[in-house]
Amino acid sequence: MNTLLLFVLLSLLKVAIVTVILLTSVAYTVLLERKVVGRIQNRWGPSRVGPFGLFQPLADGIKLFLKEDIIPSGVYRPLYLLAPMIALGCALISISVIPFGAALRVHGVDLFQIADLNIGLLVLLAVTSVGVYGIALSGWASNNKYSLMGSVRATAQMISYELALGLSLVGVVLRAGSLRLRDIVNIQSTHGMRSWNIFGGFQFVAFFIYLIAAYAETNRTPFDLPEAETELTGGYHTEYSSMKFAMFFMAEYANMITVGCVATLLFLGGWSSPFGHLLPVIGGPIVQALLPVAWFVAKVFFFLFLYIWVRGTLPRFRYDQLMGFGWKVLMPLALANIIVTSLVLAIRG
Amino acid sequence: MNKPAYMWNYIPLLMQILAAVGLAGFIIAASWFIGRHRNSKVKLAAYECGMVAQGDARGRFSVRFYMVAMLFILFDVEAVFMLPWAVIYRKLPATTGSRFFGFWEMLVYVGFVLVGFFYIWKKGILEWSKDKADL
Repeated sequence: MNTLLLFVLLSLLKVAIVTVILLTSVAYTVLLERKVVGRIQNRWGPSRVGPFGLFQPLADGIKLFLKEDIIPSGVYRPLYLLAPMIALGCALISISVIPFGAALRVHGVDLFQIADLNIGLLVLLAVTSVGVYGIALSGWASNNKYSLMGSVRATAQMISYELALGLSLVGVVLRAGSLRLRDIVNIQSTHGMRSWNIFGGFQFVAFFIYLIAAYAETNRTPFDLPEAETELTGGYHTEYSSMKFAMFFMAEYANMITVGCVATLLFLGGWSSPFGHLLPVIGGPIVQALLPVAWFVAKVFFFLFLYIWVRGTLPRFRYDQLMGFGWKVLMPLALANIIVTSLVLAIRG
Repeated sequence: MNKPAYMWNYIPLLMQILAAVGLAGFIIAASWFIGRHRNSKVKLAAYECGMVAQGDARGRFSVRFYMVAMLFILFDVEAVFMLPWAVIYRKLPATTGSRFFGFWEMLVYVGFVLVGFFYIWKKGILEWSKDKADL
């Protein structure tokens, strides 16, 4: 069989599987959030549809599809329809450079990563930046004052925190000397937990900058001002109904998963085990291939849980506090982190 | 079997882009065709909490948002310049013969960034709650 044809077919299979898994995880992250926030607020959360409310996402999906799809008369239609597509599209594209497990090649095709690019980190940054357009355009095209205010706020917030986010990654790149995500993980998987960037790499400041900036990037509590319902009714999605409304939320949760993946890869050693260097190698080749994936999923799950926990715990910032914090605290801190990291690396040689 | 060329790695990325855009378009279309439509003039008006919408929404808003957008472009370009430096940083001592060459070079660059940063800070562009600092 032709090599290229085989490569394309296997890639197509990978794309299909990853997209389905991602969308399912999005649906169940929503359920997890409703359950956990419910327990935090001393109530049960969804519990009627299926055992433990497990079919709730399915019911929600059907309901949203059957809802009336309203396109208000004042909107600018092309951009109004394009905006949710950009938001969801970018959220789904950014997963493509993320490696889920140790490199395992079958017929030259990497099983646990869609596209192994040597500029993986740049692709991630670029695609998430384009995602801002979805929110900016949705508010402008809606021709609604609340939407416009929400989207202008969201855009200013996202681009402000993107600076700190981009700068916080430089320390990681300094240590790995590569933008390829597999190289960044490989340098962290030599001595278990000790070689992770957050501990042995001394990137814990960068880690917290990244985490805070990522919460603001995904418009999550305590930075969810774009959808501050008490002052803006809904924010940028006020005029959206049916699945178009849901697409913004699918994008938000997909971005949460991507943020969890990136934080895991860059700071928590990706798929490497925290004490892998101490234990003897166990199991056959299948266990050897799947164990890293299990570690990766566990770490990403931790970040998703943290997202929900923070949402159930913290109140919302005020807008001037938010912008002040991003520009005056996070950005100088990120620059200082770069200088210190490069100095230490220069001294150590 | 020969090893796939590196550029082939962009094929799956392209596929993912097509899949994502296709899926998004499909959802928009399906949502429009599945749900029923019973429109009225009031239902299609802009939703402003029951008030009749006055005028066009695309009015004027604070100039600070433009300022932030402009500053973002400036500082993001500066941030992007740091990435290539970070990638070759650990190889610099071998090529330049000095361990601290890369460090001093970047310190000068960060210094320039900080001068601009200090300027906009003192100029009051980052103050969102002071009316006095109107620009």
